[in-house]
Amino acid sequence: MRCAVAIVGAAETTELGKIPDLSQIQLHADAALNTLADAGLGLRDIDGLATAGESPTAVAHYLGIVPSWVDGTAVGGCSFMLHVRHAAAAIEAGLCTTVLITHGESGRSQVGRAGHSMSSASLVGQFEMPYGPMGPPTMFTLPVLRYMKEYGIGEADLARVAVIQREWAAMNPRASYRDPISIEDVLESRMIAYPFRKLMCCLVTDGGGALILTSAERAKDLSTSPVYVVGSGEAVETPMVSQMEDFTSSRAFRLAGQAAFASSGIAHADVDHLMIYDAFAHLPLYGLEDLGFVKRGEAAAFVRDRNTAPGGALPLNTNGGGLSYMHSGMYGMYALQESVRQLRGRAAAQVKEASISLCLGVGGMFGASGVVILSNEIL
Amino acid sequence: MTAPKRPLPQPTPETAHFWNGTLEGELRLQRCTSCEESYFPPRPFCPSCGTRDVEVYPASGRARLYSYVINHRAMPGFESPYAIAVVELEEGPRMMTNIVECPQTPEALVLDMELEVAFQTMSDEITLPLFKPRSPAAETSE
Repeated sequence: MRCAVAIVGAAETTELGKIPDLSQIQLHADAALNTLADAGLGLRDIDGLATAGESPTAVAHYLGIVPSWVDGTAVGGCSFMLHVRHAAAAIEAGLCTTVLITHGESGRSQVGRAGHSMSSASLVGQFEMPYGPMGPPTMFTLPVLRYMKEYGIGEADLARVAVIQREWAAMNPRASYRDPISIEDVLESRMIAYPFRKLMCCLVTDGGGALILTSAERAKDLSTSPVYVVGSGEAVETPMVSQMEDFTSSRAFRLAGQAAFASSGIAHADVDHLMIYDAFAHLPLYGLEDLGFVKRGEAAAFVRDRNTAPGGALPLNTNGGGLSYMHSGMYGMYALQESVRQLRGRAAAQVKEASISLCLGVGGMFGASGVVILSNEIL
Repeated sequence: MTAPKRPLPQPTPETAHFWNGTLEGELRLQRCTSCEESYFPPRPFCPSCGTRDVEVYPASGRARLYSYVINHRAMPGFESPYAIAVVELEEGPRMMTNIVECPQTPEALVLDMELEVAFQTMSDEITLPLFKPRSPAAETSE
């Protein structure tokens, strides 16, 4: 049922960026403690726990929580969108009353972070790794030349996504990069994996964030203004980017988006604020199209017309995004945090009268997706 | 001291026919005997209809360049910059590969260019299916 569950606590780690003095699990705990303080709740109030990157067992033990429900869904950076969806269902089903979702990642400092090596016998190990991909900058980016040819867009269109997000970041004191950049700056930055240059790629930072969800009924007794879960969707496609059905569109984005809109009952025109996980500059273009805000092939022109920029009709990635705000590896939690801040009226670059926010996450290299639609009013 | 090598695949029972094929100079695909769908990567059932009635067959080795990036960072076993490509086989499935016998530049690597498989021996056990621009001579000899 829509709006039956609300986010009643939301906070990030005290610091973001370079945090060499905290291990990864302490980043989870720092975010969790800040979020409990935000909600006015204590550890004993939490009876449900969801996390990714660390196991729910490890986080529960470290925090001293005794949950009656856990979710360790780990499908990459959008895992937290799926956690919100699963937590809402679990609360409604009566499996638990108050869920804590934690994220912490020592992406830059690599303190207490387990390595993730790919088995050479896995399908990715056999049919992708021998050809020299070096992680996301060479894999997540692989579909884009086909997209560019199909829709006749150029490198400047990719660059513009980064330029406009920097405009948002300039208003945000917590953003890692705040100095204005031009399309020329982006196109002259170091080539990483053609056609992607450094400023089209996300940051690599440390940080964390957490959320607390409970029933809309219980939310009335808490001090924070609730942000209701209006609708949600989730989907997976493939762990191998080379096997994506269509290089010009993400099936996972489309299916998760359709499910979220269907469950929410809202229309695209109702969305006041949008977050699209931007590990790389092409993702907002795919997201705008696959969510149905624009037709296929029209996203670059939509961005060029400043619809997603400050003052535009559809404010997008208002924290500066993974390209300028922060990106620890699994960015989805920070996108959710910005949606909540906007709906609480507490964002650094506040969108006036934002009431409904849609937040799209991606996991792996277009491998998975989660979409959450939130509102500060019961719809 | 030997130069660092690229990561090599470790075949599994389900993929052995593919890697035995490349050793023998044959690009082997699988197709469903009921719905006739060709698919990749290998598995002993049809991902379209679920039947286990599938067969291994030799692909033509012809493909077109579907998409790529050119990696400019240093990677053991590779000389940067090098292209990481996805090709679409004539039979339909796509696979990741590298493009050889071609400059690794946007000017030389044109989407939809015609390619053909070029087997490259990496070890006693592993030969990788790489692709090269299709020569006009290859066209006429078919």
